[in-house]
Amino acid sequence: MNKESVTRIRCEGLWKVFGPDPERVVDEWDTFDSNITKTELLDKTGCVVGVREASFTIAEGEIFVIMGLSGSGKSTLLRCINRLHEPTRGKVLIDDQDVTELSSNELRGLRRTKTGMVFQHFALLPHRRVIENVGYGLEVQGVGKAERESKAMESLELVGLKGWERSYPHELSGGMQQRVGLARALATDPEILLMDEAFSALDPLIRRQMQDEFINLLRVVKKTIVFVTHDLYEALRLASRIAVMKFGAIQQIGTPAEIVLHPETDYVAEFVQDLPKVKFVTAKDIMEKPERWMVNPEYSITEMINKMDKENIWYAFLVGEDQIAQGVVDYRTLTSGNGDKRLKSEEMISEFPTQQLNTFLESLVSVAAKSTIPIAVTDREGRIAGVISRERLLEALST
Amino acid sequence: MKEEGIRDMGFPVRIPIGHWIDLVVIWLTDNLATVFDAVSRVVGFILLKIDFLFNWIPWPISIGVIVVIAWLVSGRRVAIFSAIALFLMGSLELWAEGMSTLALVTTAVFISVVLGLPAGILSAKNERFDAILRPILDGMQTIPSFVYLIPAIMFFGIGNVPGIMATVIFSLPPMVRLTSLGIRQVDFEVVEAGHAFGSTPLQLLVKIQLPLALPSIMTGVNQTVMMALSMVVVAAMIGAGGLGYKILYSIQRVDLAVGIEAGLGILFIAMVLDRILQGVTKRQQKALLRQ
Repeated sequence: MNKESVTRIRCEGLWKVFGPDPERVVDEWDTFDSNITKTELLDKTGCVVGVREASFTIAEGEIFVIMGLSGSGKSTLLRCINRLHEPTRGKVLIDDQDVTELSSNELRGLRRTKTGMVFQHFALLPHRRVIENVGYGLEVQGVGKAERESKAMESLELVGLKGWERSYPHELSGGMQQRVGLARALATDPEILLMDEAFSALDPLIRRQMQDEFINLLRVVKKTIVFVTHDLYEALRLASRIAVMKFGAIQQIGTPAEIVLHPETDYVAEFVQDLPKVKFVTAKDIMEKPERWMVNPEYSITEMINKMDKENIWYAFLVGEDQIAQGVVDYRTLTSGNGDKRLKSEEMISEFPTQQLNTFLESLVSVAAKSTIPIAVTDREGRIAGVISRERLLEALST
Repeated sequence: MKEEGIRDMGFPVRIPIGHWIDLVVIWLTDNLATVFDAVSRVVGFILLKIDFLFNWIPWPISIGVIVVIAWLVSGRRVAIFSAIALFLMGSLELWAEGMSTLALVTTAVFISVVLGLPAGILSAKNERFDAILRPILDGMQTIPSFVYLIPAIMFFGIGNVPGIMATVIFSLPPMVRLTSLGIRQVDFEVVEAGHAFGSTPLQLLVKIQLPLALPSIMTGVNQTVMMALSMVVVAAMIGAGGLGYKILYSIQRVDLAVGIEAGLGILFIAMVLDRILQGVTKRQQKALLRQ
């Protein structure tokens, strides 16, 4: 997360315990066995832990994915943000306003204007037409019918459901129903979207399509998203950052690559172990800093050989002041040379593999297969940002 | 010996519940006479107007209206059935009595709905109220209806009004129960969505919970109507008129012919009302569920 970005949501030490005496469970938590299971806790206290000491911040424009298996407390955590569940302890701040201290009237105001929500099973009103469903949030605010319908239409257009406004929900397919759910959440133009397993009830193909459309939609409407899912692939596809939950506690928060490459707990490691890494890891995640692989084109050949000896490399990139790689020199060519001081143009290899920062490991492997020269990773301006040698690639694949 | 000792033993206490209730009822009749009087007059007035209206409309028009309603909500078969049943009732020379019974039932059901709907909503939303209400509703349905004819007479005298009141007591429970059930059964996620978009409790009730509970509520109305019909004979014992009175008369005279005919009259009314109300319920269910 960038330092200069604005924090939208902040949770501090959030607990949610269900049961007859939730406060006591929070107070006495440290006295329990640290490996206590759900059933043991239920027998002992009659309580169920939904969320355990969750703390995190979500920046403006982020897609923050809360991931975990069923019963891990991810949906409970989401509902604590707009207080559909009353947190047992801790704070939830939205734009520095403590949600847990709002009166019921203020809370309604927050829910009407600041947050929108999308539900797993769509939660549409079956007795209302699509347009009346989409306009519901505006209707409870007391917005007049004409304005309500025009805003609802805009929102239906965004999700690609123009022409269906007079239908009833049961006349639509699952994917279309969830579009209505999404349009309903967008109609009030909230800054924050809370999405509870929004695509989980859809067929795999439709789900993928909805994910793609959702990503495209977010380019048009800027929102801060909190997205709950049990689907690791979905999390990796959508997330700016992922929070992995187990038994109510957050195990790790990180970018998709961080989660996949550097799992911090055994649980997360287990979660990602079967993942086809090649599909999620990018060049940026595995590249080396370029300095070791760079020689100045102005160097004499001896200087080049010395540097390559020192770094123990067979190839080096010729990189000038502008940080753009002009070509590659081969250690063997240099040492077999006739003792010239300066590099001749025919001794420079001008054809070498380059890839972008966001290239997936999958493509890197096929590139590396065709050339023994390390891959130069370049940024958008074409400057060298890193180098991936074959050794590096194999190392990344093996871990 | 020991065994005989136990056999001879009487109960050590006699709890005079009957006496206490007697005292309460007497106190109520002494001190709240004006209230009962007012209730009695309002209910009597409503009944009188409905009864007058039903008997004033010429029978072909009445049958016509009912058949059209039946056709619209329940389809052709129910419409034809209604026409035949109502015509038969008239041809048994029971039209006036039938209309009076219908007026009694309508009034009783109207009062049951007015009382039962809010009570049902409250018991769906408030666990404590529900816990208190439940045994009372059980009592209202299981204590033989003859028992509360007595306080009905004491509070409201003899005639149609105490008959309606006794009928209301008997027919109110299904209305309350099914309203409560209907609201509790509304999909939890939909209610959550209502909250998530900032509905006030009233908006949630009016825009989400009541519309989705409507099939259940209509089933409640249907049952209330049937229970009210089953009370017309009992109510006749304290002076209510209509077909119930005919049956009571036939029992007193041991006149099987009159009894059977009046019984058939009640059956026709019951079946017509039931089929029409079921049609309404089905339509609502269809509107709510996937076809």
